[in-house]
Amino acid sequence: MNMREITYRQALNEALAEELARDPNVFLMGEEVAEYNGAYKVSQGLLERFGPKRIIDTPISENGFAGLGVGAAMVGLRPIIEFMTFSFSLVAFDQVVNNAPNMLTMSGGQFNIPIVFRGPNGPAHQLGATHSHATECLYANVPGLKICTPATPRDAKGLLKTAVRDNNPVLVLESELLYSSKGMIEPPHVELLIPLGKAEVKREGSDVTIVCYAQTVPLALRVAEQLEEENISAEVLDLRSIKPLDEEAIYKSVAKTHRVVVAEQDRPYCGVGAEICYRIQKNIFDELDAPVARVSQEDVPMPYNERLEHAVLPNAEKLVAAVKKVCYA
Amino acid sequence: MQPPEERDEVEMLWLMLLIRRFEERASQQYQSQKIGGFCHLYIGQEAVVAGAIAATRRDDYIITAYRDHAHALARGTSANACMAELFGKDTGCSRGLGGSMHFFDKEHHMYGGHAIVGAHVPLACGLAFACKYRNEDRVTLCFFGDGAINQGAFHEALNLAALYKLPVIFICENNLFAMGTSVERSTSLKQIIQRAEGYDIPACIVDGMNFRAVRDKLAEVIASVRKEPHPAFVEARTYRYRGHSMSDPASYRTKEQLEKYRLDDPITRLRAQLTREGTLTNEKFDELDKEAKRAALDSVKFAEESNEPPLAKLYDYTYAP
Ligand SMILES: Cc1ncc(C[n+]2csc(CCOP(=O)(O)OP(=O)(O)O)c2C)c(N)n1
Ligand SMILES: [Mg+2]
Repeated sequence: MNMREITYRQALNEALAEELARDPNVFLMGEEVAEYNGAYKVSQGLLERFGPKRIIDTPISENGFAGLGVGAAMVGLRPIIEFMTFSFSLVAFDQVVNNAPNMLTMSGGQFNIPIVFRGPNGPAHQLGATHSHATECLYANVPGLKICTPATPRDAKGLLKTAVRDNNPVLVLESELLYSSKGMIEPPHVELLIPLGKAEVKREGSDVTIVCYAQTVPLALRVAEQLEEENISAEVLDLRSIKPLDEEAIYKSVAKTHRVVVAEQDRPYCGVGAEICYRIQKNIFDELDAPVARVSQEDVPMPYNERLEHAVLPNAEKLVAAVKKVCYA
Repeated sequence: MQPPEERDEVEMLWLMLLIRRFEERASQQYQSQKIGGFCHLYIGQEAVVAGAIAATRRDDYIITAYRDHAHALARGTSANACMAELFGKDTGCSRGLGGSMHFFDKEHHMYGGHAIVGAHVPLACGLAFACKYRNEDRVTLCFFGDGAINQGAFHEALNLAALYKLPVIFICENNLFAMGTSVERSTSLKQIIQRAEGYDIPACIVDGMNFRAVRDKLAEVIASVRKEPHPAFVEARTYRYRGHSMSDPASYRTKEQLEKYRLDDPITRLRAQLTREGTLTNEKFDELDKEAKRAALDSVKFAEESNEPPLAKLYDYTYAP
């Protein structure tokens, strides 16, 4: 099979196009998705190809169009709702948290909500406190939502396609900083579906496991490279999905390395890493040769200043230090 | 009741020049990567904020969205503090922590700089509520774009303002576009002011390219609100010459449309009015413009030479002591 190199943005675009072509119930709705071709150009060319009935520009009314999506899903359409960024999904929090995931239970199993909420999530670069939210920990707290966080073009395409076919509300948390990154992927005619809830080892290692997702995956790979020079062999485990969580993959890797650092892009207090650390100590405590370490954002609103922003983010210095700590190096 | 301070029209022309020259410098500094994040320029819209400010007292409150540099400058925040904020420096109006979209200046009653579309409109109600609560005769000016009028927060805020008779003036800066979406593509009504009328809020339209038209209309509206607290709504029709933000090529609009508005430039218009009336000579205008350019350039130097916010202060503003 001839693998080819494409960008994360193109991969998402292919996934959208393929799912729109496959199922007439799928439509894409959001701010600037149609005529502008997407604020980040993810929906480039889709209006031209699928027309204004299926690629729909909205006013700046997140609560409204997210709710419209949930309603349409109740009667069998399969909406893909784009948030220009997930920081703006907070305006639609009620729809995403209260309506979409509760419906199936509240209706005694009558109404499932096959909807995808997607868009860039997490800090980008110097966007300040209102525009830098990593929302995964907020949404991960909600039963009924599924959440994936692709870090590579291949995962972006395969996870988004799976998300569209899932019969539940799925959040596809993309990353602005990754849109232009490149990676190898199967040719277009190959049906690429990556299951939700399956982690992937992005780099094999034997001394320590770095559990990561989204923006912390390229960070972990860079750090692993650097640690290699200091004779520390780090395994990089990309969760790919936050919920469901691939616990088996985590335990398997930790049983091999016996040391683990969780590198998350959200905040420490009740962050995704807190849950992972708890499960590791609960289920495979005996495998650990050191306490589990965690690297995350600092617990402060995001400052605009570049140096301070860097200090708040989970960065290479923090990750290297955490790895060395668990390795007693 | 205190009357508004008389603001000299030449002084207001100077303010518009300062805003324009400041933003031209900001644009240049953004391109040379001295400024990060998102940066939205106000160039073309100067008459709206200048006209509005000319009709207010210095103790009135203002609040706006993320296209906020001009509003801070108009309120009296120094060009130095504004540029330093864009550079993320400790001397910036938000100590380098807010950035372009989050300018704040308590001393000058500038209550932000808010980057979530529509989210500050309820805050304006709160500011106005506090004034009424304390029996003050201040008014609150709340600026927002045409894109904000489709947010739920906007609708809830207008209803609250009308219900509680709050002394707040909603000023919709209608520059015809919200990013690439024109008003016709975002709004079901033919006229934006119908939105306000739906909440029983008196509303009017002004030519936002004309300083005097904005000032005179706002003076009338403000006088009425000050006398007997109630909300009011003003749609200022205007245009931004630049893209939505520094990264937007604005290919959704025509050259002809842009040219049409450029010919109606607010600075050129006030200059012509003052020259015709004999209050302004060409020499004086050149001098003002030179001053404005110098202030903008000086602000860059100030920002460059200022210190970054100290790392040690990272946690200082998460909770109040
Ligand atoms: C809730 C929310 N959704 C989307 C955005 C992204 N966004 C920023 S500005 C903007 C357009 C706003 O246009 P308008 O209100 O007309 O103001 P203008 O930019 O023209 O001054 C959009 C969609 C945002 N900041 N907040
Ligand atoms: Mg606008």
